[in-house]
Amino acid sequence: MDNYQASNEIILKECAVNTEEIVRIGEVIESATSHFTAQCYELDSFPPLGALVKTQNSNRQIYGIVFNATTEGIDPGRKPLARGKDASSEKTLYEANPQIAKLLKSQFEALVVGYKEDDRVFHYLPPQPAPIHSFAYLCPAQDVTEFSRSFEFLNTILNSSVSLPHEELIAATLRRMSIVQEDKHAFLITAGKHLATTLSGDFKRLRTILERIRE
Amino acid sequence: MSIEDNRMGIVVSGSSNKGVEVRLDANTSVEDMVVGRYVTIEGQKRRFFGMITEVLLGVTDLNLTQTPPDTKDPFIAEVLSGTSTFGTLQIMPYLTIGGDIESVVEGPQPVKTVPSHYSTVKLAEDRDIELVFGKEDKERFWIGNPLDMETKLCINLPELVKRSNGIFGKSGTGKTFLTRMLLIGMLQKSACVNLVFDMHSEYGWAGTSEKGRSVKALKQLFPSKVAVFTLDEENSRNRGVSTDYVVKIGYNEIEPEDMSLLRQTLNLTDPAVEAVYQMRRKFGNEWFVKTTELADSEDTKELLSSMNIHESTFQNLQRGLNAIKRLPFIQKHTEKKAVNHTIEYLNRGMNVVLEFGRYTDITAYILVANLLTRRIYSQYRDKTEKAMSGAGEPPVPLVITIEEAHKFLNHDIAEKTIFGTIAREMRKYNVTLLVIDQRPSGIDEEIMSQMGTKITCLLDNERDMDSVLSGVSGKSELKAVLAKLSAKQQALIFGHAVPMPVAFQPREYGSAESYKGFSDTVNDTEQAQKDIEDLW
Repeated sequence: MDNYQASNEIILKECAVNTEEIVRIGEVIESATSHFTAQCYELDSFPPLGALVKTQNSNRQIYGIVFNATTEGIDPGRKPLARGKDASSEKTLYEANPQIAKLLKSQFEALVVGYKEDDRVFHYLPPQPAPIHSFAYLCPAQDVTEFSRSFEFLNTILNSSVSLPHEELIAATLRRMSIVQEDKHAFLITAGKHLATTLSGDFKRLRTILERIRE
Repeated sequence: MSIEDNRMGIVVSGSSNKGVEVRLDANTSVEDMVVGRYVTIEGQKRRFFGMITEVLLGVTDLNLTQTPPDTKDPFIAEVLSGTSTFGTLQIMPYLTIGGDIESVVEGPQPVKTVPSHYSTVKLAEDRDIELVFGKEDKERFWIGNPLDMETKLCINLPELVKRSNGIFGKSGTGKTFLTRMLLIGMLQKSACVNLVFDMHSEYGWAGTSEKGRSVKALKQLFPSKVAVFTLDEENSRNRGVSTDYVVKIGYNEIEPEDMSLLRQTLNLTDPAVEAVYQMRRKFGNEWFVKTTELADSEDTKELLSSMNIHESTFQNLQRGLNAIKRLPFIQKHTEKKAVNHTIEYLNRGMNVVLEFGRYTDITAYILVANLLTRRIYSQYRDKTEKAMSGAGEPPVPLVITIEEAHKFLNHDIAEKTIFGTIAREMRKYNVTLLVIDQRPSGIDEEIMSQMGTKITCLLDNERDMDSVLSGVSGKSELKAVLAKLSAKQQALIFGHAVPMPVAFQPREYGSAESYKGFSDTVNDTEQAQKDIEDLW
């Protein structure tokens, strides 16, 4: 399977978020208590922004929310060059340069927002970070519904030091989570009310988020 | 409606002085909250009863008011409602009841603290109202329903008549209907007799509603307990009223004290009032006739100069006396003193309504009311004092109803008139007043402060409101409630006879059905049936 196809496939699977299938999307290559970085097995096959991902080790699952994704050269000193001047399509470009897949890597960063242990979900940081080389999975619908019963994770996002604007990340997360909810509207309203309470003194930020999640 | 349905919000701040602030739940519409409504607060250890005194809108961030969000978007509106934008209530707690058995038996007590943070606030239910105001029984009279509630609001009438009371309100707000109903209540439930100085002939036989419909009054409902006296026989006859007695007043019944009360209405000067007393000393009982008959002669001049009365003062006095003399019910001689006749009726336990007929002039009203009341006062005092010393029964408690009370009880004359004395101290002698007025600010402050229970319909003059509420705790909060009463059929009652202030809608009066509850006649059901037939 070439890279282009692989990336399309993961997006399709991700969009069909209601499926119960667990999709493995990468492997942790950098781990900290508050976030981890996972490398994708295929080039450009990232999980979407705001998606709920998890690592699974022994009896603990650590949940993260994707907040950043990058593709760069394996060797930090060698930057990719534009190669498609004479190619008729991107597909032919990949076919003409099979080394691309070997010289580049795609990776994503996830903010740790909680964990599950002994069948209980906790909406705060786990005692230990995700072990290095843990596999990273895209959470199936059941996990998403279970995790989104509490909105405490929104406070974790608001207090985090991610480089992305917090409003964008929260909006993206809620939009994604709402897809799997039985009553999407009620879910978004409850989330909005939670945010309105949390951001009671900062209406501008609240408004930015609400504008981005309204249906 | 289940208990949970009644929940409105939680207490977020408070002060025992200014009441508590309640934040409304997101699903409680601020528009359903009405000033004057009655609520309960479930504290940790005790329950509180209070009244909504103000409804406010709040925001968590000032930016919401400065740059309002796009409210056309239902999503944003729904999210913000109850979170960033919310309703708050000011509630004045008045009574509290503890959780332990002793407190439950003791009943509601005045409040001395505030409910703790985040106590749940609910709309009061019928049983709460019953707990506070009691059920209709042989002492409690149903006067109406608390605003927006179906429950019967009852007041203890024997308790009410122990002190002087006031009914206030702008013209046309239903004072007369309220008074009539209260009088009926007294007739039904309390062991007192009433003397009503009925300036506009509204209480005796029949009154008229705003729409011009005739409604039954006391005599029709309690034929055996009420006597109608009249000053104007012809007028009463024309109205088809069967009167029990025609009141005539002899010249010799008028005393100098009566004149001093009329100083303002007759435009008498201070020296002229002083001259009355001199005339009385000079001529004795016949002073009235003799003074009016003094001709403009040398002898008179001499007499006046000997009494040190200036001629213009005398003229001023004579003009005043002549004005009284022109009143048709004032006669040279009367067979029986109206006062004695009235007292006789009262002693028999009959309630007396004195109709003024066409003499709605304030001079006549003040003169007659004052004249009768003063004599009754002295009799009651004598009787009570005798009873105290063990020589006889104390007199039946008497309630005197006066209209246009500010003419009797204003600051200048309240000290001097008998009504001022009654309002201040006659409680001891079993006489109290029921004062009806539309300008309470005209009534002397001291008298207002002595009134036990006040019922007030809408008032919109600042001074009137201040005067009615003077000395009441939580005055500014009650003022807000008072100012928001609707112009008709709503009133606020507070004071001695009620455990806490409450805004209410007076009981219906005037329909055939309503008379059933008022009348005491044995065949009242038949009567009501007949009334209904008459109506059709």
